[in-house]
Amino acid sequence: MISFDFTDPFILTFLLLLVCMLIAMIRVLLGPTTPDRVVGLDTINTLVIAAMIIYGAAFDEVIYIDVAIVYALLSFITTLFIAKYLEGGKL
Amino acid sequence: MIEELLDYIGMFFVLIGSLFFLFGTIGLVRMPDLYNRMQASTKTTTLGVLSFLVGIGLMELSWLIKLLIIAFFVVLTAPIGASALARASYKHGIKLWKKSVVDKYKEGKND
Repeated sequence: MISFDFTDPFILTFLLLLVCMLIAMIRVLLGPTTPDRVVGLDTINTLVIAAMIIYGAAFDEVIYIDVAIVYALLSFITTLFIAKYLEGGKL
Repeated sequence: MIEELLDYIGMFFVLIGSLFFLFGTIGLVRMPDLYNRMQASTKTTTLGVLSFLVGIGLMELSWLIKLLIIAFFVVLTAPIGASALARASYKHGIKLWKKSVVDKYKEGKND
């Protein structure tokens, strides 16, 4: 059972990042066009990278850093593919 | 002594980075059209990630190399992705905001 210490600055920063993700999720839910939602998801991707690293620092687990490297590359490729799809080219 | 000092400097950088994240997401919700939203969110989160990772690297010195690799990837790839997305959505037919005064992409096409 993991216990959270809410006076730890790492945990407080992690909670702030979760609030940021919720605010960005508003744009994903009500963005009028598809590219608006994609921009929201791109922001959430960057926030997830930062949140993974702060979580790894809070509990002293190095594995989250490696996961964050792979996540950064995959989110970049996803954004490029969606842009290509919106432009109307062949994938 | 020096480790405590590095801890405090790192916390300062992490604070700056998370404030950038907060302002970027607020701009993402409040801005009027797609291109304004895109520049608000992309610029602030790129700078925020850089400051954030340097701050954590100063706190946990043995992770600094890996964190700098991630910072390099994000700083290199976020502007590329955003510019590809902006070009694609312009070709997709997303209009500019009605108060926007200049459209360089259209001007360049007429030449």
